[in-house]
Amino acid sequence: MLGRLFTLIRKELLLALRDPQSRRLLILPVLLQLLVFPFAATLEVRNATLAILNNDRGAEAQELVKRLAAARAFPTVQLVTDQAALTRTIDEQRSLVAVEFPADFSRRLQQGVSAPLLTIVDGRRSNSAQIALGYVQSIVQDYAEERTRAAGGEVPSRIVLRNRYNPNLEYRWFLLPSLVAIITTLGSLVVTALSIAREREQGTFEQLLVSPLTPALIMLGKTVPALLIAFGQALVIALAAIFVYQVPFTGSLFALGVCMILYALSLAGFGLFISSLCGTQQQAFLGVFTFMVPAIMLSGFVAPIENMPAFFRGIAWVDPLSHFIVILKGVFLKNYGLALAWPNMWPLLLSTALTVSLSYWMFRRQLA
Amino acid sequence: MSEPVRFSWRRLRALCVKESLQIVRDPSSVLIAFVLPVILLTIFGYGINLDASRIHVGVLSEDPGPEAIRFVAALSASPVIETHLASARGELDHALAAGDIRGYVVLQSDFGARLARPDATAPVQVITDGSEPNTASFVAAYIQGVWSTWLAERAADRGATFAPAVELIARSWFNPAALSRNFIVPGSIALIMTIIGALLTSLVIAREWERGTMEALLSTAVTRAELLLSKVLPYYALGMVSMLLCLLVAVWLFRVPFRGSLVLLLLYTTLFLGSALGLGLLLSTVLRNQFNAAQAALNAAFLPATMLSGFVFEIASMPAPVRAVTYLIPARYFISSLETLFQAGFVGRILLDDFLFLTASAAFFLGLSALRTRRRLD
Repeated sequence: MLGRLFTLIRKELLLALRDPQSRRLLILPVLLQLLVFPFAATLEVRNATLAILNNDRGAEAQELVKRLAAARAFPTVQLVTDQAALTRTIDEQRSLVAVEFPADFSRRLQQGVSAPLLTIVDGRRSNSAQIALGYVQSIVQDYAEERTRAAGGEVPSRIVLRNRYNPNLEYRWFLLPSLVAIITTLGSLVVTALSIAREREQGTFEQLLVSPLTPALIMLGKTVPALLIAFGQALVIALAAIFVYQVPFTGSLFALGVCMILYALSLAGFGLFISSLCGTQQQAFLGVFTFMVPAIMLSGFVAPIENMPAFFRGIAWVDPLSHFIVILKGVFLKNYGLALAWPNMWPLLLSTALTVSLSYWMFRRQLA
Repeated sequence: MSEPVRFSWRRLRALCVKESLQIVRDPSSVLIAFVLPVILLTIFGYGINLDASRIHVGVLSEDPGPEAIRFVAALSASPVIETHLASARGELDHALAAGDIRGYVVLQSDFGARLARPDATAPVQVITDGSEPNTASFVAAYIQGVWSTWLAERAADRGATFAPAVELIARSWFNPAALSRNFIVPGSIALIMTIIGALLTSLVIAREWERGTMEALLSTAVTRAELLLSKVLPYYALGMVSMLLCLLVAVWLFRVPFRGSLVLLLLYTTLFLGSALGLGLLLSTVLRNQFNAAQAALNAAFLPATMLSGFVFEIASMPAPVRAVTYLIPARYFISSLETLFQAGFVGRILLDDFLFLTASAAFFLGLSALRTRRRLD
């Protein structure tokens, strides 16, 4: 029994790794992704251009312009001289944010009345624009506070801010643990779903069925190689995260291992289920896509799950990726052990049990 | 061959009919062209919200005095903050680790007393969950906002002036309410076109090789141009129909404004589909194996279109070498033109750049896959 299973696993692994082209396609993309994505994926706004239209010659406006121009987030500041130029620079996306000083800006400040400052952002890229606007806002706020203090006004309270787990809010610390999950998902789902579909398409599935292997063993034989590949890819990325990108690893290595296996199993479950519905590789591949793209989008990687409407939060709960990302971030940054990870582990177990038994049932039905 | 084979419209039509039948009969192509777009647009239209709108924040007030009560009330009154009152720090630490709250606020027992003293400042401690950096900065910004309003109101009540002297008036052009949906939906259309264009076609020529039907096809009088066109045209038509569906769903269901010209939209979609189809066919022709072609298309087309196209992540914020790579990604130009066509209408300079780059990349990928298409069996 075990010998037969082992032979099938060996055959699958040979199929996946024998051909140099296939081997390259399992390894190279992971390395490329590791090289590019951590740098590409950032929600911080850097290198943005700020346009300034200053209609005011007063000292206060000059001072604020100077401070805005010195901001690190805006290495280029474009001084425009009229409204038309300001419109053009935003329209043509040469600036993300524009600030317009009204002619009486300094005069109003000197008189002690509040002075309006007009900001215009490019709503086509509203997310980045809002973030950039936040930078402008904090510069202006600092300036206003300084003025209050200089005028002898006391600020009776202050905010003491601390970011736990990630003191400097480095986006990479968030990204790399999530990438472990995402890159693994891509690889192993495609491997599982396509391997059965390929056998069907080429007619070798019937040969497998007439062999002494039981359907359960065939399923296991298809699962283990995908599991090994997923585990291997995840390990490479996790190691790169720790040693190359210096993301702190505070949690338990054991918990990480257990959860990785659990997640790989759950992926295999979904992969098997998809392939049990498909007759050709094309169907399997596109089926994987139809599952995977929503799974990534709703996993909390792109946007926080708590911002979603209840219906989508429900789907996100079923999504194995969303639980694995929470676990990974927890293990890396939040000192997670098995106890803290458990609330996100049992949904993984549940979905694995469900998909595996469903696809087992489907295979049995197709055999009959 | 004694006589050079000439291009024949009749043969092309027959091949196109065959390919179209194959598309129509396979439920997976219908799934990818019509069902997935609707699912994706629904997710992007309703599910994804980058403007943090509901943040769970824990509050621990060790001071029973009126000042602290007023501050906590101000926090609770904020429409974006959902407060969870706690009685001990340990509770909050645990909730933060579990991800139930994204930050917490602590007012120490001498908060009111320190506020009253002129020589002391009363600290408001804010702890955020740095494992979600984006949300963490939202948490800090929202609490800061509540705090400064509270401070100003408090000062006003006492007759003192504590008006922030500069009043920022923010306007968002093209998208006055700054809805993330308005740029995410057009961006996701580019993603859908990538899936249809590159992923679907990456399989089609490889499939013929794998199943051995390519040999059969090559033994006929079919020319290179016919073979290539018969693979491009049906999938192009599928992509265009899907594009129109996306447009309808985006505009009517999700109320995303479309301010540009429909003709231009179709033109840019054609150009983008040209490079996506070209890339898909190229991979299919070169790799001749569905599994490998699918993997390669995933990595060469889909992932760059999500990560390097400016769809979610701002290109300007990337370091220079990565930014240089993004110039090679056709999706980048398509997304930029979709953003402009949907939200701005017409901006000549942007659309001209996009047009040139998209034309060049369509010519490049289609040309390369034509070059690699040989009527040979090796």
